[in-house]
Amino acid sequence: MTTAPSGSTTPTDWTDMTSTDAPTTERPAAAAPQDASAREIDVRVDRASGRYLPEVPTPVIECTDVDIFYGQFRAVHGVSLVYGKNEITAMIGPSGCGKSTVLRSLNRMNDLITGARVTGKITYHGQDIYGSDVDPIEVRRRIGMVFQKPNPFPKSIYDNIAYGPRVTGMKVSSMDDLVEESLRGAALWDEVKDKLKQSAYGLSGGQQQRLCIARTIAVRPEVILMDEPCSSLDPIATARIEDLMEDLRKDFTIIIVTHNMQQAARVADRTAFFTAKAAEGTGDRTGQLVEYDLTSKIFSNPADRRTEDYISGRFG
Amino acid sequence: MSSITAAGGPPAAGAPQGGRRGQSFDPSSLARHSPRYGERAVMVVLQGAAMLSVLVTIGIVVSLLLPALSFFREVSVGEFLFGTRWTPRFPGQESYGVVPLITGTAWTTAIALLIAVPFGLGAAIYLAEYAAPRVRKVLKPVLEVLAGVPSVVYGFFALTFVAPFVLEDLLGIEVGTFSVLSAGLVLGIMIIPTVASLSEDAMSAVPSSLRQGSLALGANKMRTTLRVVFPAAVSGIAASIVLALSRAVGETMIVALAAGTQARVVTGATQPGQTMTGFIAQTATGESTPGTLSYNTLFAVGLLLFVLTFVINMISIRLVRRFREAY
Repeated sequence: MTTAPSGSTTPTDWTDMTSTDAPTTERPAAAAPQDASAREIDVRVDRASGRYLPEVPTPVIECTDVDIFYGQFRAVHGVSLVYGKNEITAMIGPSGCGKSTVLRSLNRMNDLITGARVTGKITYHGQDIYGSDVDPIEVRRRIGMVFQKPNPFPKSIYDNIAYGPRVTGMKVSSMDDLVEESLRGAALWDEVKDKLKQSAYGLSGGQQQRLCIARTIAVRPEVILMDEPCSSLDPIATARIEDLMEDLRKDFTIIIVTHNMQQAARVADRTAFFTAKAAEGTGDRTGQLVEYDLTSKIFSNPADRRTEDYISGRFG
Repeated sequence: MSSITAAGGPPAAGAPQGGRRGQSFDPSSLARHSPRYGERAVMVVLQGAAMLSVLVTIGIVVSLLLPALSFFREVSVGEFLFGTRWTPRFPGQESYGVVPLITGTAWTTAIALLIAVPFGLGAAIYLAEYAAPRVRKVLKPVLEVLAGVPSVVYGFFALTFVAPFVLEDLLGIEVGTFSVLSAGLVLGIMIIPTVASLSEDAMSAVPSSLRQGSLALGANKMRTTLRVVFPAAVSGIAASIVLALSRAVGETMIVALAAGTQARVVTGATQPGQTMTGFIAQTATGESTPGTLSYNTLFAVGLLLFVLTFVINMISIRLVRRFREAY
């Protein structure tokens, strides 16, 4: 989806990206540059998508100095990141660098692991999602998640989609329409429209993953977290999911963890590079954010030597 | 080495390791180095173990069938199945209608399931989905100890505690010493661990990725449990209930002690009644002479018990196949 006319340099073009039918009220433009001169240099053309991106993303989720612990073990240290609205943000890095841990802390899926603890601040539109009055169920309704391995429910294709709206008590005028819309949104409708009542387990892995995406967008979250969504898929299925992510960016904010650097380079507007640092005494490896920038910058001109080593394949 | 195999000699276990690498070892040969008697012996033993249960089942059916057949030569099947008077040991006015025994079994079993299914499933859901790992580690073995209590202890419990104190004094229900209610209640308590433990296993076996998928959509824990975990585990849960049901139908000591020995059609929970197993326990005391009608009666009732349990099992399997959501 390259809606922005390529070659145009009008500085305000990028704001078009936010004028979608995403189900949120308009946020104050926190990332708006301070003066006009800054605005001109702030806007860049992203190499991969040809989209215009502000230098500072319009924040949807913001991490400030986040540490994540499992019991006594500090898995992630000092992560500060801003995930931009209607952008695809990739988190890359070697195994054990904490990128999945960070992802799972963004919609409180970490709560399910006993002993997991988050310090620092993670905010969603300025609201601390670990605040004492916050219901993790409400957080997850707004911030959905697609997992590494496709995990459709052992139900029919139709019921897989209808499950979320049903259990969250969404007011739906026509469930059939919502199912169709969600499946179309996940580019799966044409393949399954004649077998909606059949088990989701009859679908291929790539179809199952798109079903999981359809299931997620059926409850209309604002953000979709993707935890290595293509790692169990073949290249063709992977390409379809990547195309789909391009389309979904219009309506959703996507945050993806990937092992595949090319994938990050292909789909992401911004990329965060994580690595793990071994503690001196214990040897415990704690993940940390090395660099976060526009994807084009990370892959062409990274500021940190470790990023360069990683993307050029010298380690990791 | 290959020459030894060809000669059918002993396995190479005794040969020094060096021999394998010596001149006789031909690395290019794919021929078997040893005849692997051990593996074959293990297979035969395992096969025997598997066949044993089949053979025993066949043996039970045959031993039930033969005396039961001679019973049905004297009493018609219709009279047996639909007669409402069960007086096989009243000299002069013998009547062989098994309906009173069936009602006794049906009442005690139904009451037992009414107790065991809700409490057992409740315990299973708590243990599988809500309890902290530490709590589960303590609670589950405790629950399973309940299953190890001898049923005669339960029967005594029903007779001396549940009927007089719990039912009469505490709840104010007028029951005599013997009633299908007290027997059924205690029977239900006895089979709670069966339902709880096996259902908990079935629910814990549901992949956590399904729970996470549901929670990530904004479903709460109860909905996730009832609409994802439960349907996915339903075949195991149903199996636990069927097993509990079979145990309730077949349980003897509790009903023999607490339900009474009057074989009459039971129409209310507070009435005493005799179950099929209760009758067999009462009658099979060595007084019956093999070959007599009263002796063969035991086998007719036993066969009916066997057939009933079998049919219940078959129906449950069918139902589960239709409703389960296999993951």
